[in-house]
Amino acid sequence: MIGTNVPRKEGIPKVTGAALYIDDMVFDELLHGATIRSTVPHGTLVDVHFEGDLPWDEFVVVRASDVPGDNVVTMIESDQPFLADGRIMHAGEAVVLIAHADKDLVARARKHVRLEITPLEPVLSIADSVAKKATLYAKDNAFKRFLVEKGSTKDAFKADGLTIVEGEYTTGAQEQLYIEPNGMVAIASEKEGVTIWGSLQCPYYVHKALVPLFGLGADNVRIVQATTGGGFGGKEEFPSIIAGHAALLSWKAGGKPVKLIYDRAEDMWVTTKRHPSITRHKTAIDAKGKLVAMEVDFRIDGGAYATLSSVVLSRGTIHACGPYACPNQRITAAAMATNHPPHGAFRGFGAPQSIFGLERHLDRCAAAVGLTPDEFRRRNLLKPGQTTATHQVIEEKIDLPAMLDLALKRSDWAKKREAFEVENAKEGARIKRGIGLASFFHGSGFTGSGEVYLASVVGVRARQGGTIEILASSTEIGQGTNTIFAQIASEALNIPYEWIQIANPDTANVPDSGPTVASRTCMVVGKLVERGCRQLVDALRKGGFLAGDGYDAKQFARACDAYIFRHGKLEATTTYTPPPGVEWDEKRYRGSAYAAYGWAVYVAEVSVDMLTWEARVEHFTAVQDIGKVIHPVLAAGQVEGGVTQGIGFALYEDVVWRDGSMINNQMTNYIIPTAADVPPIDVVFHEVPFAHGPSGAKGVGELPMDGPAPAILNAIEHATGLSITSLPAAPEVIMAAALKNAAEATHG
Amino acid sequence: MADPKPANANKAAGPKTKAVKAATSGSSKSKAKPSATATGKIPMTLSVNGKSLKVEAFPMARLLDVLRESLDLTGTKEGCGEGECGACSVFMDGRLVNSCLVPVLQATTAKIVTIEGVADGNKLQPIQETFITEGGAQCGICTPGMILAAIALLKKHPQPTDAQIREGLSGNLCRCTGYMKIFDSVRVAAERALANEGASTP
Repeated sequence: MIGTNVPRKEGIPKVTGAALYIDDMVFDELLHGATIRSTVPHGTLVDVHFEGDLPWDEFVVVRASDVPGDNVVTMIESDQPFLADGRIMHAGEAVVLIAHADKDLVARARKHVRLEITPLEPVLSIADSVAKKATLYAKDNAFKRFLVEKGSTKDAFKADGLTIVEGEYTTGAQEQLYIEPNGMVAIASEKEGVTIWGSLQCPYYVHKALVPLFGLGADNVRIVQATTGGGFGGKEEFPSIIAGHAALLSWKAGGKPVKLIYDRAEDMWVTTKRHPSITRHKTAIDAKGKLVAMEVDFRIDGGAYATLSSVVLSRGTIHACGPYACPNQRITAAAMATNHPPHGAFRGFGAPQSIFGLERHLDRCAAAVGLTPDEFRRRNLLKPGQTTATHQVIEEKIDLPAMLDLALKRSDWAKKREAFEVENAKEGARIKRGIGLASFFHGSGFTGSGEVYLASVVGVRARQGGTIEILASSTEIGQGTNTIFAQIASEALNIPYEWIQIANPDTANVPDSGPTVASRTCMVVGKLVERGCRQLVDALRKGGFLAGDGYDAKQFARACDAYIFRHGKLEATTTYTPPPGVEWDEKRYRGSAYAAYGWAVYVAEVSVDMLTWEARVEHFTAVQDIGKVIHPVLAAGQVEGGVTQGIGFALYEDVVWRDGSMINNQMTNYIIPTAADVPPIDVVFHEVPFAHGPSGAKGVGELPMDGPAPAILNAIEHATGLSITSLPAAPEVIMAAALKNAAEATHG
Repeated sequence: MADPKPANANKAAGPKTKAVKAATSGSSKSKAKPSATATGKIPMTLSVNGKSLKVEAFPMARLLDVLRESLDLTGTKEGCGEGECGACSVFMDGRLVNSCLVPVLQATTAKIVTIEGVADGNKLQPIQETFITEGGAQCGICTPGMILAAIALLKKHPQPTDAQIREGLSGNLCRCTGYMKIFDSVRVAAERALANEGASTP
C-alpha cells in the first residue's frame, strides 16, 4: 500500500465538477459582503462617509465599534485589528464591512463608501524601516531578531591565506496565486454561536482567532473546511480575518448567512505574499576549498503587523547556512515592520529567500577559489555526525555527495557544461546556454519545540463492518492529505484502502492535529495516524477480539463488530511526542531545529536570448531525499508543482508596488508559468527511510520551492557571465546587468 | 468531500446552526429577493449539456454567473474574471471559450457543454479517469476547465505531440501541478483512445 499510486480519495468529484468549493455552496437568505479598505499606506482615520444614491438603510454595516469581543486577530502577537480604528497601517487595511442580499447592489455600493484619512509618512522598504523613517513597531521597528552562532567567525576571519567573498542578494514579494480566491461564509448570532465554512488550511487557527473576537466559549465557534482550491501558505493565517469579517456581518444581521468572496484583484491586493528579503554574506574559504567562516545577515519585510513574520524569519535564519559543514557560522536576522500589507506564509516560509542568497553566493565563492560549483559543494556538504549552524548533529543516514553525483549524472552536467561553454564562446551566438545547480535542505515540521507546544491529536474511529474514519484537522488542499492518510492507515491496519475514510475538517467533529503547514502533514500527523491505527489493533488484541499474529480484512471487520457490540464504540486517540534526542534551546537558538530534513540537489539548464534578454528553463533535474515515498505520483506532483512555482519566483513573478499597494494585482500582468513555459522535470527520489516518520516518510511540500531560483540564476550566470543577485531575473533585469557589465568593461 | 451540512457534532455543546441546504445538482436554489436593480432581466432559453433551460438574466450578465447562479452548474469556476486563467472554460458550439468573457445573450443560440456534461451519467470519460490516475488533478479548481481544454485539444490532435499539448493547454493556468501530471493525463488518455480505436470524446 505504501509506495503505490492508489487513486486520489476525492478524485471523482474533482473531475466531474461536483466538488463543492466555498463559492459553490448554497445558503438560504444569503447576504453578500464586501470590505471597504484604506487606499493609503499609513494614516489616521478621521471619518467614514456613505455616499451616492443607495438605500444605505437596507445595508448591514459593521465598523470597529460593532465588534462584540476583542478587535484583535489572535496570532503570535496581538497587534492587528480585524477592523482598523484610528490608525491605518497599510493600504488595503479593512475599515468598514457592508452586506446586502443583492450582490450587484453591493458591488455598486462598495465604491460609494469614502474613507477620510489623514496621511502619515509611510515606511515602504526594509532600509527605511531600519532607518526608522517612522516608528511602526516597538522602538526599532523589528518584529523579531535572531542570532545563531557556532564557533567564532570573528576569530576565523583573522587567519592567513583565506579567500574572502562578500555579496548581497535580494528577493521580491511573491503571490501564492492559488486559482481559487479566498472566501468564507458565516452564520453567527449570540444565540447560535458562530459557524464558518471556507477555503482554508488551518481550521483551528480560524477557531483560535474567532473565539476572542466574539467573546464566546470555544464550543460555540465552529469552523468547517470547504473543498479548497490551493493554498501554498496563502490560506494559512489570512482566512482568520475573512472569517471574522463574514461572521461580524452575520452577527450584526441577526444570524443571516453572509458570504464574503474576494475577487482576484482584491485577493492579490490585500492578502499575504512571500516576504521580500535582503541577505548579506561574508564568507572565508581556505586553500583546500573548505568553508572556514560564514557570516550571514538576513532581513525580511514583515509588513504592517507582526502576524507570522517571526516564525518565517526563524525558518529563513535556520536555513541560511544550508547543508554545509563549516566550523564558524554566525547568522543575524531581523523581521522589519513596514507599511506594506502584512507578508505571510508561502511554501518554504523564509527558506527560499535565504537559500537563494546562499546558493547564489556559493557559486561566486567557488569561482573565487577556482573550483567548479559542483566540486566546491562536494568539498563542503554536510555528512552524518557533523553539525548545522544551530549545532544540530546530523543523525540521519544521509549521503549528500551521492545525491550530488546522481543529479550531475541525470542532468549530464559535465558534458553539457563543457559543450555550452564552447558554443557560448562563438562570435555572435544569439542564444546562450548554461547549467547551474543548488544543494539545500528543508526542515520537516514546526521549528524547535514547536511540535511539542502544538501537541497535535489524531483520532481513529472504527465503524461496523471494519471501515475506519480518520479524524484530524489537517486539510486536503490538493497535496493529497486524504490519500496518504488513507494509505498509512490501510498499511497499519492491513485492511483495504477503500475502507478508510477521512473526516472532513470540522472543529466540531475532529481534534486539533495542528495546522496544514511546514511540511508536517505526512511526517508528523501521518505518524499519529499510523500510531492511532496500531493502538486500535492493540485494543482488539488485548480484548481478545483478534487472535494470533496475522489477520485478514474479514477477521478485522468481525473483530471491530464484536468490539463495538461489547463496548459501544472503538476509537483511538494519539498525541504527538517528539522522537528521542530532539532537544531545542530557544534562548540560544541551538539544538535540533527539526526532527528531520528533506535534502536535495537541483540542476537547471537554461537558455538566454541575448536579443530579447529572455531566460527560459530548458530542462530541470530534481533529486531529493524525502524519506520513504508514500505515493510516487502525488510526491512527484509536489516536486513538479514546487519547481514550477520556483521557476516563477526565479524568472517571472514580480509584485510591483506603488504607494504601498500592489499595482499589478491581476493575472494579466502578474505572470506565473503556463503549460508553455515549463521544461521537462526529471524527478528522482533518493529514498532514505526516516526512523520516526510513518513507514519512513518525511515532509515534501516545501523543499522543492527552495532550490529552483538559485539553480536557475546560477545557470544564467554560466550562460552569460552575468551575475544576477535579485529576483525575479526578468528580461529587463538581465538587460540592465548586461549593460552594466558592458559599461564596466569599457571603463575598465 | 466538503459537506455543507453540519456534521453530527461529537461535542455535546457544539454550536447549533441553521441547517444549510446542499447545492447538489438538480436541487432548486433559493435566490436573493429581487431588488430594484433586478428590472431589466429578460427571459431566455439556454441549451446546456443537451437540455433546454429557461432563465431570466441581464442580457450582458456573464455566462459564467448564469451557469453558476441560475442553473446550479457550479463546476465552472471563476479564477480571475478576465479571461487569463481558463478556470471558467466551457464549450459553445464545440469551441472552447472563457465563460467569464461571454455575455449570456451571445450564448442563447449556442449549444453549451460544461464539465457537468462530460461524464456519461456515472461513467467517466477516459480523460477524466486519467486526471485521477495520472495525478492531473490536485486542488481541483482548474480541473474542470483543464479537462475541457484537454478534450478540445484531443479533438483537434487525437495523438498530440508534446508541443501540441503545451500549446493546447497554455490558456489554462494551474498552480499546483507544474503541468507535468496534466500532460501525462492527456498522453495516457490519447494512448488509451488509440488502443480502443473508435472510442469517442464528446
